[in-house]
Amino acid sequence: MGAMNAPTNNAVAANGLRKTYGDKVVLDGVDLSIGKGEVFALLGPNGAGKTTTVKILSTLIPADAGTASVMGYDVRGEAGAVRAAIGVTGQFSAVDDWLTGEENLLLMGRLLHVPAAERRARAAGLLDLFDLADAAARAPATYSGGMKRRLDIAMTLMGRPRLIFLDEPTAGLDPRSRHTTWQLIRELVADGVTILLTTQYLEEADQLADRIAVLDRGRIVAEGTPKELKQRVPGAHILLRFADAASLEAAAQALPEGARDDEELVLRVPNEGGISSLRDVLTRLGDGIAVEDLSIHTPDLDDVFFALTGDASPDLSPYPSKEQAR
Amino acid sequence: MTTLTIAAQDAGTMVGRELKHTLRFPLLLIGSILGPVVFLLLFVYILGGPIGGGLGTAARGEPYVDFLVPGILMMTVAAGSGTTAITVCTDMTGGIIDRFRTMPIARGAVLTGHVGGSVLRTLVTTTVVTEVALAVGFRPVASVADWFAVAGIVVAFAFALAWVSVALGLMAKTVAGANSASLPIQFLLPFLSSAFVPADSMPAGVRWFSEHQPFTPVVESMRALLTGAPLGNTAYLALAWCAGIALAGYLWARVAFRRGTR
Repeated sequence: MGAMNAPTNNAVAANGLRKTYGDKVVLDGVDLSIGKGEVFALLGPNGAGKTTTVKILSTLIPADAGTASVMGYDVRGEAGAVRAAIGVTGQFSAVDDWLTGEENLLLMGRLLHVPAAERRARAAGLLDLFDLADAAARAPATYSGGMKRRLDIAMTLMGRPRLIFLDEPTAGLDPRSRHTTWQLIRELVADGVTILLTTQYLEEADQLADRIAVLDRGRIVAEGTPKELKQRVPGAHILLRFADAASLEAAAQALPEGARDDEELVLRVPNEGGISSLRDVLTRLGDGIAVEDLSIHTPDLDDVFFALTGDASPDLSPYPSKEQAR
Repeated sequence: MTTLTIAAQDAGTMVGRELKHTLRFPLLLIGSILGPVVFLLLFVYILGGPIGGGLGTAARGEPYVDFLVPGILMMTVAAGSGTTAITVCTDMTGGIIDRFRTMPIARGAVLTGHVGGSVLRTLVTTTVVTEVALAVGFRPVASVADWFAVAGIVVAFAFALAWVSVALGLMAKTVAGANSASLPIQFLLPFLSSAFVPADSMPAGVRWFSEHQPFTPVVESMRALLTGAPLGNTAYLALAWCAGIALAGYLWARVAFRRGTR
């Protein structure tokens, strides 16, 4: 990313965004820089400030402090130009329940001043692409959650936006619909569109995003590629399972650095050095202790998430861990 | 395209959307037809005898139905405010409004769409109610010009109440709340006007209120035009009230609409 210093080359450049509602600080100085063509995930628990960030960047609400430009335009001073460049699919269904699916798309086209013939062609194309052609003449009230979400995204695409905001695009969807939506998002990416998506699903961020920012209580607590984030937290370990308490006791004495769970009869031993450290653990265990099961764990985004957003693990210092076969 | 033509085009699109809603859910129309028709039948067939007799010369010698129908027409216009407040609130509490707000469309097109849709709906409902009134014995003596004047007052009054109803719909947190908030417009103000009985037959306090509130000149001017009574300056008074209400409603709606973006 050589574009960091030139805001005009960034799809999104935000600096020190703050927002409070009464006493509650929702955003506490958020900086973002998203390159064009990038898929950027804002990951965080409920109430972290994800939706507020999207609302500010999509000109819905003003920030109390800080600046933001979207596709090179200032979100406050040039809101009209920003709106012309973006498409937003909010967290809650933004379809007109009293119109049919097709009429919803045509309404978008009309409001975006797309000429009539092209409007119809685009609507028909999107209905096909999103597998909604059969439901085009029905009202969204009769749609499933997944269909409704697809229509929602299709409406966002009627204007051919260059930057798309997807606020929790798969919230409340069943696994199959979630995967369909992911596939759709990947197809958008292939067209060179920039995407800012928010999610509380780690897997989703891992699957879709080039870069992830972890948002917690209004602050970005970590940012990087999924791989970089995984390397930032401890979590690589060997999990040993035992048949009885006596074996666990013996193993815990042999490997005092391990964390034991007496109920589950497991011992969790930090594993820093791949094969050599595995050999070391096995050597120290010796032949006398019966191990029922052994598994090797590398940190996943879950570990990152809990380490970064939990109260229990304030230590964010980089911790060496190696990629291992899982 | 200039900003103004874009704004007009967007408003037109939104009016079209409201018309589609109405065609798909005729209940939006039927609700504001049924209420006034029930009152019409109630007052003509059940209460009309004693009221008409009791009024005597206060009704200026007209059959009670001729006195009543202009009031029912005004009530029909007022009944539309419930529908408008409900449709606006439905929009605001759904996700679609946030979509509109993030699109490059003329600000306020959503609201103008609702106002336009409301006025058009009212033209339909008042036409239907007028036909029912004719069927139950209403015998107006109005000329074609008088009818156009009546239609003009209906449109002006509908336009004014639509802006207030849009504001009510914007302020309401729930659809049920939006309907409740419009009840004074739908019932209280019509009853406390000279819609059903002349103001001078009312107790002193109510009478003062009735004589000075906007619904009375609206109904009096329509009554004069339809029954051939002297118009005086009531039509101007009615239009002045409509202009004032429309402006206040518009300003209120604008503030309420912006309130949603904090």
